[in-house]
Amino acid sequence: MLHTITLKQAIDGVKQKKFSLSELHADTLTAAQEAQQNYNIFVSEPRAQEVNNALISTPLAGAPIAVKDNCLTQGQTTTASSKVLESFSPAYSATVVEKIQTAGGVVFGKTNMDAWAHGSSTETSDYGTTKNPRNPAHSPGGSSGGSAAAVAANACIAAIGTETAGSIRLPAAWCGVVGLKPTYGRVSRYGIVAMASSTDSPGSITKTVEDAAIMLTHMAGNDPLDGTTSSQSVPDFTSFLGKNIQGLKIGFMYEDLAGLESILDHYHDVISVLETLGATVKAVSALDPHYAISVYTIIQRGEVSSNLARYDGIRYGHDRSYFGAEAQRRIMLGTYTLSKGYADQYYTLAQKVRTLFRQDFEKLFEEYDVLIAPTTPSFAPKIGIAEGQAMFGELADMLQEPSSLTGLPGINIPCFRDTTTNLFLGLNIIAPLWREDLLLQVADAYEKATEWNSWRSHA
Amino acid sequence: MHNTPSKYQLICGMEVHIELKTKSKMFCGCKNDPFGAAEPNIYTCPVCLGMPGALPVPNKKAIEWTLKLGLALHCKINLFSKFDRKHYFYPDLPKGYQISQYDIPFCYDGYIKTSQGRVGITRIHLEEDTGKLQHTTIQGEKVSLIDFNRSSVPLVEIVTEPDIHSGEQAKEYGKKLRDLVRYLDIADCDMEQGGMRLEANTSLQLSEVARTTPDLLPNYKVEVKNINSFRFLEQAIKFEADRQALILDKGETPTQETRGWNSLKSETFAQRSKESAEDYRYFPDPDIPPIHFTQAQIDALQAELPELPEIVIARWENEFGIEPRYSELLLSQTEYRAVWEGLFSTSKKDQLNTNQLASLIVNKKISLSLDTAILISAFKAQTTTTSIDESELAGVISSVIAENPNEVSLYKAGKINVLNFFIGQTMKKIGKKIDTALVKTELEKGLR
Repeated sequence: MLHTITLKQAIDGVKQKKFSLSELHADTLTAAQEAQQNYNIFVSEPRAQEVNNALISTPLAGAPIAVKDNCLTQGQTTTASSKVLESFSPAYSATVVEKIQTAGGVVFGKTNMDAWAHGSSTETSDYGTTKNPRNPAHSPGGSSGGSAAAVAANACIAAIGTETAGSIRLPAAWCGVVGLKPTYGRVSRYGIVAMASSTDSPGSITKTVEDAAIMLTHMAGNDPLDGTTSSQSVPDFTSFLGKNIQGLKIGFMYEDLAGLESILDHYHDVISVLETLGATVKAVSALDPHYAISVYTIIQRGEVSSNLARYDGIRYGHDRSYFGAEAQRRIMLGTYTLSKGYADQYYTLAQKVRTLFRQDFEKLFEEYDVLIAPTTPSFAPKIGIAEGQAMFGELADMLQEPSSLTGLPGINIPCFRDTTTNLFLGLNIIAPLWREDLLLQVADAYEKATEWNSWRSHA
Repeated sequence: MHNTPSKYQLICGMEVHIELKTKSKMFCGCKNDPFGAAEPNIYTCPVCLGMPGALPVPNKKAIEWTLKLGLALHCKINLFSKFDRKHYFYPDLPKGYQISQYDIPFCYDGYIKTSQGRVGITRIHLEEDTGKLQHTTIQGEKVSLIDFNRSSVPLVEIVTEPDIHSGEQAKEYGKKLRDLVRYLDIADCDMEQGGMRLEANTSLQLSEVARTTPDLLPNYKVEVKNINSFRFLEQAIKFEADRQALILDKGETPTQETRGWNSLKSETFAQRSKESAEDYRYFPDPDIPPIHFTQAQIDALQAELPELPEIVIARWENEFGIEPRYSELLLSQTEYRAVWEGLFSTSKKDQLNTNQLASLIVNKKISLSLDTAILISAFKAQTTTTSIDESELAGVISSVIAENPNEVSLYKAGKINVLNFFIGQTMKKIGKKIDTALVKTELEKGLR
């Protein structure tokens, strides 16, 4: 039963010798194998490995960490869930993987995702769709669907995901787990198969907010190999936990947005909780996220068409005929929007609107410490929803796109569970650049004051 | 002045690529030494191989050097600049795009002076070089191999205005650029190896049109690529001018195309048609944050620049009376500049003929030394004359005249050049370094 414990409990348990590191791994491996049968979580399944007891003294104490398959792992196949990279064995590991390993985490399987991170359901994966462990008829979301499902199914202790616009927070919301997307540039992108370089942000998917704070502490930091990482110092993010949120000013976004009516009541409950905790919450009017769909689509497709140009079949992997339909569509659209005569109408214009979103957030943060919003417009849909809907992901991720485009940090925490379907809704908290401390403080206070977190309510 | 038939005026702009000699490559820490590498693909890493997930980090030194080159070429500097991705597929380009600079190059609007007029520098930008393809046969099978040692080596591109009007001028421009780059000590410019690559965009305009509307450019352009010497550059441009003139004379327009230079046949040949502009789908590289400079940083770089050749040449002419043609040659080897400077100061102080000294060094009449004292004494030994007794000189001259009756009659018959023979004979007989002018006057008297 050790697989059901949180990262914090695993670290403490191993260090305090409540159980052995190999017991922890053995239990988690059994759970992972079963989960793989049921939900198709991994592209590369975790294997039984001998764990070195020297890890016990490390910060992460040898805890098994699942890694999204777009993070390069030296000598271990990394496919980004695409057949193009079916046989690609990287010569180096992503910085974020190395950092987690240095902190004593053990890579525990490579999780399924939408191929090249193109999608919000894992349905574009060339290795089959992942099922939502909360309700297997439903989608786990994506693109980090495998990582979110792995955490929800206790098939790992914590997981690494990546988000370009919603790819951590959306699957975390639908799987009822915690997903943290740090500020763009907080965590190195070096060694992550690039999707849209200007918004790609590696982050964590965990059981609790506390676990997210632990993971971020060991993932973040300046990387000389990634010129877009910041030299901001990295605090111990767990130091922001357990604080009250008395007097904090919180803005509630998208109250008036059409299409959210059916879920809005649950968020009014959230507001009541936050007010009980001493925060003041006010509805704010923000720039319509529908604009963000166009802006994000144009910028992301352009960058995708460029980033995928290297997979020409000359050096590694299969040739371009192995690209799936979604990747092909994105390459074509991106190539078009960057073409001479069109770049000004599309890419350049989109960048200007992106600036408007940045200014909009700057204005809001003059008045509010953090902003909150529903993570998704709906519960997890049934599997198959993305089929035939080329824009499914962009619509599902709509509420994430403004903050992703502007590089802001955000966190999803569970805030409602439907007892009939066992499906979750998530609360998206957004903070100013580099203020992950505020995210964690608010998320932790809310998590502790409610019973929506499966691991806290069990504990 | 031009070899082009005078009916037409040559309109030519140049694009020159130069590999900078920074220690490491443009976007990674790999050693920048593609020509010195013992084997292919030894100076490579995930970044210059374009592996998934690898990210470029710009080389600060390479950027500073590009700015220095720009400042030395009187360019303006963009205080805000950035790198862009230029997309095209080629096996030697591992990412499917080259990191280059599109609309905001580091430097713009400069010039180089040539003896045939000023050549405007449109822009100087920094980019990465590609890998190198090797077509060969292995076990009977034709294969193409790729060497990535050169991949991501810093490469500056210097683009000129269409201000060049002859092959000679193009050659002079190229040489001046190379000398300056070497003087700044930022590149070796090894043309054989491809460390400096020349491209000329050529076309002809009716001289009449060029005179009345100098800003009007011809409606076609022929690019001559892959030229690896200044001599070939001059030849290729002359060849193109003649070739295009013949076509225009027939009332036709030369094809817009890229041509190569065949140095064996001394002619250009068609490589590929360039009727429509290629679409490289440029966009700002999101992996590299935009680059901001402060004016103070630019001023500091300007202050770091060595005194530029053209300024040194003018100063040496002023201060020491040295002819510019000698100074130019002396300055082509940067490392000796300080030696010459010290030497000429000493020479001036000693009231020697410093221009003559420079001339003797350039013409290798004085064996090269880095020691000023040695150079000065060598110079003195060659030029100082000893005085001679008038009667002694008169005696020697009469004996020389008496011993060479044939030459005397030649001289008297009007072959004045024979005088040099007499001077030589006289000097030899005296065996001392004496004033040649005096000998000459005395001989003329004696032969009268």
